[in-house]
Amino acid sequence: MNKRFGRLSFPYIIWVAVFTIAPLLLVAFFAFTSYDINGNLYFTLQGFRNIFSGATVTLDWLGLKSILGLDIQVPVYVTVFLKSLSIAVIATLISLLLGYPVAWLLAKLKIAKKRSADFLLFLTVMPMWMNALLRTYAWLALLEPTGIINTFLGNLGIGPVQFLYNDFGIGLGMVYNYLPFMILPIYSVLVKIHPSLLEASSDLGADNIYTLRKVIIPLSLPGVYSGINMVLMPAMTTFLIPDLLGGGRYMLIGNAIQRQYMISRDYTTGSALTILLLIFVLISMSVINRNAAEMSEEGGLM
Amino acid sequence: MENIEKADQLKKNNRVRLLTRERSKTAMIGTQLSDKTGQSHIIELVGVNKSFGEVQVMRDITFYIRSNEFLTLLGPSGCGKTTTLRVLGGFEQPDSGTVTFEGHDLLPIPPHERELNTVFQRYALFPHLDVAENVAFGLQIKKLPQGEIDSRVSQMLSLVKLDGYGARAIDQLSGGQMQRVAIARALVNLPKVLLLDEPLGALDLKMRKEMQIELKQMQRELGITFVYVTHDQEEALTMSDSVIVMNEGAIQQIGRPIDIYNEPRNAFVADFIGESNIINGRMHEDFRVLICDKWFPCVDRRHENEEVDVVIRPEDIDLVKPADNLLNGIVTSATFKGVHYEMIVEACDLEWLVHSTDHKAEGSEVGLSFGPDDVHIMVKSAFSPMRGKSDQDSASHESERGADYE
Ligand SMILES: Nc1ncnc2c1ncn2[C@@H]1O[C@H](COP(=O)(O)OP(=O)(O)OP(=O)(O)O)[C@@H](O)[C@H]1O
Ligand SMILES: [Mg+2]
Repeated sequence: MNKRFGRLSFPYIIWVAVFTIAPLLLVAFFAFTSYDINGNLYFTLQGFRNIFSGATVTLDWLGLKSILGLDIQVPVYVTVFLKSLSIAVIATLISLLLGYPVAWLLAKLKIAKKRSADFLLFLTVMPMWMNALLRTYAWLALLEPTGIINTFLGNLGIGPVQFLYNDFGIGLGMVYNYLPFMILPIYSVLVKIHPSLLEASSDLGADNIYTLRKVIIPLSLPGVYSGINMVLMPAMTTFLIPDLLGGGRYMLIGNAIQRQYMISRDYTTGSALTILLLIFVLISMSVINRNAAEMSEEGGLM
Repeated sequence: MENIEKADQLKKNNRVRLLTRERSKTAMIGTQLSDKTGQSHIIELVGVNKSFGEVQVMRDITFYIRSNEFLTLLGPSGCGKTTTLRVLGGFEQPDSGTVTFEGHDLLPIPPHERELNTVFQRYALFPHLDVAENVAFGLQIKKLPQGEIDSRVSQMLSLVKLDGYGARAIDQLSGGQMQRVAIARALVNLPKVLLLDEPLGALDLKMRKEMQIELKQMQRELGITFVYVTHDQEEALTMSDSVIVMNEGAIQQIGRPIDIYNEPRNAFVADFIGESNIINGRMHEDFRVLICDKWFPCVDRRHENEEVDVVIRPEDIDLVKPADNLLNGIVTSATFKGVHYEMIVEACDLEWLVHSTDHKAEGSEVGLSFGPDDVHIMVKSAFSPMRGKSDQDSASHESERGADYE
């Protein structure tokens, strides 16, 4: 049994080795090495040192400076990281709030065997087949100070409203780009909820809201958690969206890494950042998933 | 136990049969309609029709449910039993007809406001809740104090013999255990009417018998009206106050178990309720029927049509010495069935099923003896050709004895 399983999983092991382990090792290798003037490789922790020493700024996060008036000096990278985290979390929450009802609607149509369900699902997934760069550029045309929306608002005597180069624009870009990754996993658990469970619930006296709270939402939690994973992680690490919608002035952790590699050509610092980010992502994912397991055991969060 | 024995006794006790005969003679489909026991009708269905696409699943269904009675819908698979329950539960809207509950129109009321609970055919237990939480679901909605919920849930669990299973996950239960959780989850709410859709289908015979008695007892003690669905005729006969026999979406007969058994209204009912010999007969006059070219006395008057279905129960036939005024034949098989022998007699090109405690060896020549009141005359019905195709245990006999009908 075990032997057979081992043989069957062999292709998977190769796949993991080539596409997951090898790049990781390469990044780790870069993070701890550098070249001296003579071109000789040597071991170093300089990359990590660069991240935590270097220039410091006053931390303004969750209103620490602006509201509480505290002056906490932290390395630049820490503020960048916290900024990325806040935007990613907010974008994830908004995706959840928008995506859950959409997923629910799609699942309802699908269960009622409406043909429109497949078509709407197709429309939901379709943007994912287009190049992210093009999709995001399209938003530029819409949101620019001279873009379509501002022209329209201008005709109404409003604006121009500054949509771009701020948290709003970047958050919007993230929600837009990652919403399908929230909708799909939630949809796929919702369609699997057998209609007889909803009938049983209302048979026992539950109105629609009670059924939603006590049956539908608890049963859909696995989908919600995987949706959160699938939105939070790319939103946390993206560099494309802040680059385009932030007008190059916006620095999130993804941009910081990208600049180390592409502009400073400092592979050591870039890789060190990558490793720290990876560790953070792994920790937060395992926390989310542990919560998911506990909650579904306890039967829901409400 | 008492109930089950009662049914066995029922099948043999001719005296009871004769007494009820006169009464049920006049009552055809509407036994209940003319019922004057003074008990009120809690639910009334009148002229209910329901189709799914081209298929008509309920045809002009009309019946009344009395308060506190145990009513059973009995019929073969696909005859519309579940659909009828779903109309009552509020999960299906009929195309036409009326349904009232305590005199009020039930149809506009959404399921969660109806004072009925359902034991679903496929359990429909909540997989994210444990056994106790499943049972407590309805009580929680009513916002009862937690202490009362807990005590009622544990009472209910011990009633369905699941003490100590409260913390079990649903996916760690056997089919029979799930079924009992489903019963507990519905019954704990003490609804006015409990709808049960084949609630004992997944249980083994012993547990099934125990639960039959348990359910019947609960129904009596709690004073809850039960609408029970089954395709097991013995279960229907032993447990019910009234039985509704359905086939292909239409009611075939309504009556007390004893009436349905003794006076099946047509060949379908006769065949579905217990094993029967169904033979073609002719009647030219009252009280005399021609079977296999011989005249036999009977207690029925002549029907409009000359051609009739004649039903004779296997236990009503005695095997005697061959005689001129009897149908004579040869025993082709004899099997011991515990209490009685089951024998097949070939006579006038038909195979007759006979149940008797007297054993006649294979190959012996016998005469088939039956009295006038053992001969049940039925109008030939649209369902006559259908008989024997039911999924009852008698089905195998019917198909073996294919010569009974053309
Ligand atoms: N939602 C539906 N759509 C289409 N046809 C249906 C639907 N529900 C039931 N039917 C059909 O209606 C008929 C009656 O079904 P129903 O479930 O009432 O039968 P039943 O008497 O409960 O049978 P069983 O003993 O097998 O449970 C069947 O032919 C079934 O295929
Ligand atoms: Mg059914």
